[in-house]
Amino acid sequence: MKRSNEPIFWSLFGAGGMLAALIGPALVFITGIAVPHGLIFAPDTMSYANMHAFAQNWVGKIFLFAVVALFMWHAAHRIAILAHDLGVHAHTATKVVCYGLALLGTLVAAYALLGIA
Amino acid sequence: MSNRRPYVRSMDGWWKRDPYFIRYMAREVTALLVAAYAVVLLAGLVRLSQGEAAFNGWLQYLKTPWMLVFHLIALATFVYHTWSWFKIMPKTMPIMFVGGKRVQPGTITGTGLAAAVVACLAVLFIVGGMHP
Repeated sequence: MKRSNEPIFWSLFGAGGMLAALIGPALVFITGIAVPHGLIFAPDTMSYANMHAFAQNWVGKIFLFAVVALFMWHAAHRIAILAHDLGVHAHTATKVVCYGLALLGTLVAAYALLGIA
Repeated sequence: MSNRRPYVRSMDGWWKRDPYFIRYMAREVTALLVAAYAVVLLAGLVRLSQGEAAFNGWLQYLKTPWMLVFHLIALATFVYHTWSWFKIMPKTMPIMFVGGKRVQPGTITGTGLAAAVVACLAVLFIVGGMHP
């Protein structure tokens, strides 16, 4: 019997979903609302100097990589199922597109982070 | 050529038939906003690796009204994701026993939501404390 690749994608989906559930609301509030609009936090919280220093550090790199990559794998898995639920029956093509885009995003994130020396 | 035209029941809008399906669909649709937010962050990472001018362009873009609207919708969606994630957790995780008794669904959901509140507060305090 051919082994299913489902556990791999489901694990990534679960990890991304858990990370998003635990800290997603705080991240969106900080990066998208509070800091760009000068609320609560210091105006330079996301300045180039601060973010560059954060991304230079290995802990920072791993954190940023985990957030971007896992959110993408989580979303890719759900969107592939969503397409099926809405009547798209090209299962293989749907999965190739969704997981392919998540993989592309993962590689771009890794490349960008490794470039910040 | 066949004249036979079998009746095929349409599945269009199947998820509107039952509140349970609507909740399922709402949960699944959150993924679109999660993906979009990840793309915004990825753009920020790419801009960060390209230097200060590029990154400042991304920061300026975040200040536009459209991006504020996007992030307000994303925030509401992420809060709903957190809520629904732990709401279904009793069904998605293996059955757990503590002291020979099955852990109740309400306990699992409540613990998960409490953990999310603590984690979000921790992130807010850590970020606030890094650059006071």
